Amino acid sequence: MSWPDALSALASQALQLVVAAALGPLYLGWVNQWRAWLQNRKAPPLIQPYCNLVKLFHKDAVIASNASPLFRAAPYAVFGCMLLALSIVPVLATDLPFAQAADVIALVGVLALARVFQALAAMDIGTAFGTLGARREMLVSFLAEPALLMVFFTASLISQSTGLTTIVETLAHRAFAIYPSLAFAAVAFVMVLLAENARIPVDNPATHLELTMIHEAMVLEYSARHLALVEWAASLKLMVYTTIGIALFVPWGIAPAGQWLQVPVALAALVAKLALAGFGLALIETVSAKMRVFRVPEYLGTAFLLAVLGMLTLLLLGA
Amino acid sequence: MPADLISEPGFALRGSLAVIAGWLVVGFLGLLRPHSLRFVGRLLFPLGAGAGIVLFFISLATIQAPPQALVLPLGLPDLPFHVRTDALSAFFLLLLGAGAAGISMFAAGYFRPGEGTSPGLLCLQYHVFLASMALVMLADDAYLFMVAWEMMALSSYFLVTSQHRLPEIRRAGFLYLLIAHLGALAILLAFGVLQAGQGDYTFASMRASQPGALWASITFFLAFLGFGAKAGIVPLHVWLPEAHPAAPSPVSAMMSAVMLKTAIYGLLRLTYDLLGVQLWWWGVVALAVGLLTMLYGVLFAAVQTDMKRLLAYSSIENVGSIVTGFGLSLVFHGYGLHLMAALALTAALYHCLNHAFFKSLLFLSTGHVLHATGSRNLGKLGGLIHRMPWLACLTLVGVLGIAALPPLNGFVSEWLLLQAFLFSPGLPNTYLIMLIPLAAAAVVLSAALGAYVMVKFYGVIFLGHPREEKLKDAHDAGPWELAGLAWLALPCLLLGVFPVAAIVALSPAVEVLVPASLAPSLAGSNGWYLTPIAPERASYAPFLFLCVILLAVLLTWLLVKRFYHGRLRRTDAWDCGFPGVSARMQDTAEGFGQPIRQIFEAFFRTERHLPTAFDERPRYYLNVEDRLWHWLYLPVAAAVGRLSAMISVLQRGRIHLYLLYSFATLLLLLVFVR
Repeated sequence: MSWPDALSALASQALQLVVAAALGPLYLGWVNQWRAWLQNRKAPPLIQPYCNLVKLFHKDAVIASNASPLFRAAPYAVFGCMLLALSIVPVLATDLPFAQAADVIALVGVLALARVFQALAAMDIGTAFGTLGARREMLVSFLAEPALLMVFFTASLISQSTGLTTIVETLAHRAFAIYPSLAFAAVAFVMVLLAENARIPVDNPATHLELTMIHEAMVLEYSARHLALVEWAASLKLMVYTTIGIALFVPWGIAPAGQWLQVPVALAALVAKLALAGFGLALIETVSAKMRVFRVPEYLGTAFLLAVLGMLTLLLLGA
Repeated sequence: MPADLISEPGFALRGSLAVIAGWLVVGFLGLLRPHSLRFVGRLLFPLGAGAGIVLFFISLATIQAPPQALVLPLGLPDLPFHVRTDALSAFFLLLLGAGAAGISMFAAGYFRPGEGTSPGLLCLQYHVFLASMALVMLADDAYLFMVAWEMMALSSYFLVTSQHRLPEIRRAGFLYLLIAHLGALAILLAFGVLQAGQGDYTFASMRASQPGALWASITFFLAFLGFGAKAGIVPLHVWLPEAHPAAPSPVSAMMSAVMLKTAIYGLLRLTYDLLGVQLWWWGVVALAVGLLTMLYGVLFAAVQTDMKRLLAYSSIENVGSIVTGFGLSLVFHGYGLHLMAALALTAALYHCLNHAFFKSLLFLSTGHVLHATGSRNLGKLGGLIHRMPWLACLTLVGVLGIAALPPLNGFVSEWLLLQAFLFSPGLPNTYLIMLIPLAAAAVVLSAALGAYVMVKFYGVIFLGHPREEKLKDAHDAGPWELAGLAWLALPCLLLGVFPVAAIVALSPAVEVLVPASLAPSLAGSNGWYLTPIAPERASYAPFLFLCVILLAVLLTWLLVKRFYHGRLRRTDAWDCGFPGVSARMQDTAEGFGQPIRQIFEAFFRTERHLPTAFDERPRYYLNVEDRLWHWLYLPVAAAVGRLSAMISVLQRGRIHLYLLYSFATLLLLLVFVR
């Protein structure tokens, strides 16, 4: 790779990392706004998540007396993993030097690494809530991972590659074709997205009700900058999942390598897609009810079956 | 090491034999002063570790060298021992040497006075065990192979029963010996079929024989049964969770890390090297058994409350994953897709290597926890990260590795295996194309469950509050133990971060088995990107990966530190404002396993007693058992018992009756001879 190309690639990488990291809380604010509107509540301002982050960053951190270094390191590790994940997913352009570092399978690995750190940190203080949250988080994840991998397998069997940028280039820049298999996969993916991001019907991020919470139970003992990083990372995780969904199922508009002129178009397309996705997410969350924890295996089992159907459709029909 | 010495013919073989002899000498020296912990622990075990390091370097240097063979002036008249090294045995010897070095180093600091067998005798058994495993990998005829195999089984039996005064340990030892011998019988029969009545037991003549499809299949399944019993595939896995907790920790580590791999070695050697034909449907059977073993192991690991039983079940899972890779390679190989077969085999071999390091690391770490706290029960531990920070740190490496998390080593083999699964649409069989991707889902499920198990393992032992008062006196591991653990943790990191170099180095071992390897396609990449077949298909660059994560973490930390004050206060846990938090409120191992028990209810045989409000002495217990005991083992044992009772009718204790039996037998034989 020549120097100008490498510079261009690095610039594209940096740009999209910054855009995605900055857009994460905004996207969460947008989802929350729509949720409030759909539920006939008065909505918080769009920038509420940023205000929360700023407020948290200014506070004194208070941690439990028996917290180990693992507890303090975990938010940084989780945030770092999310940044890495964001630098792999093609958000604006497929011109990503870091994307070579990991394909979709490794991306699942990065998310798992972050999750394990979070769960270990939750067990570190030794409260009932923390361990309960860790257990439930690991439960949801091991049920969700096979479904997620099946979705990725379907996409990668179409494009003959597990690299996300290659998948996007194949799906977006080839002659337009409709893949029925991807429709099944998309439904399965949305179900996994809801489960993995602590959304209704699997988890409710807005409550502190002990019996229902998963994600909140794990982060109860965090405060100030640590909590800010954890919350920011959670919004980035939602962003990662949404952009993976965009890349797999509606990849049109993402700029091909080296075409800087298309980046503004890609940005506009991204914002539009995120806006729609946020609305859709809020709608799903509003019309569905929170499930019992032991209904989650059935729910994720359904997601897995749909993903398998998608893959079998692909193998049978070749589309 | 000077280059001309290595290139001298027979160097590797002579070097390996010298290491074996060295181990035997060290072992017998232990008998000189069997009760001296200083002599045995501080002198002999480090010597054994040194020999392991030598073996590691010899194998590393000769994995690329051509095969070497030698006939030893030992054995029976007209039946001398044949030994041979090629890349495959060098690969497994490398694993043995590196594992033995770490485990012996740990063992040097591990021994405490007053535990079962005297240290000197343990030293002998342990080093005979090491030597016999090395001989298994060097053997070039069925005779030496079986001798070494039995030596391995017996020495490990004595090691398992080193605390033979406890009845449950004797029971565990008996079960181990029983299944080991069933396996050995099957292997012996497999060799018997292979030599096909020529009376020549060398591997060279077996390679030359060309059995038909039927006899080849019989040989393969006998070998699969025999080696599977040693490796612990379902349903022959029951000895593992009994024997591992019974044995001293370095022995459990050695058995799990290396001895299970000798079975994999035997399976690979016999299937790919000695048998002339490989049929694709064997691979389907192996794949199915591997997947079942994997899921079974990890599900049972999730509900264990004993550290070592948990790790033993996790070994079953890992063996299942290796067998899955082997089965997949056999399917590809049977259809002539050699490159794909090489990919699946690389995944299996890489996982062998990974498992040797992280599993021995974890077993040794539980060994130290056991010594420091006197408890193997997860329900009585907790909070040890504060008392033993170094051990906790090194164990975390092993835990992240075995949970298949990037950028550590376990992930590389899982990634390679999943990549191999993605090539299944290239198969010419529609059913396989449909079914094999589903198998990939099972692999992912068990990997994700593996992460669950490891969070439980680490969280319950090292994190939270200490669940017992006495844990406050626990102390960190000593320098010998930490050195051993660090020696094992380092490869977990290196194999995870630099997989390309490792795969290129082990590719000759793959080439022994199938006529292809990943080395040519990896040579095109610049060494940082792991691209098994082609860069546009898939790539993974763990070093870059690690750098980006570390950079992101560092940058975040610096930014937070630069722009916001770093004030920190410590106080009691908040816990939603509930007062009086105590250590008993945390999840126990049983609690952590409860969701698994509920979701996968069908797999377990659960016995639970709940106290009622009227109980004088309320008692709660939960017992989760393996259904296979009741479905397979106990019926078989009962049938054997009934059969024995029937046969014992013949035994009357009267001489003239026995003479009659002998006479009848002779008559019968005469009929046959005619």
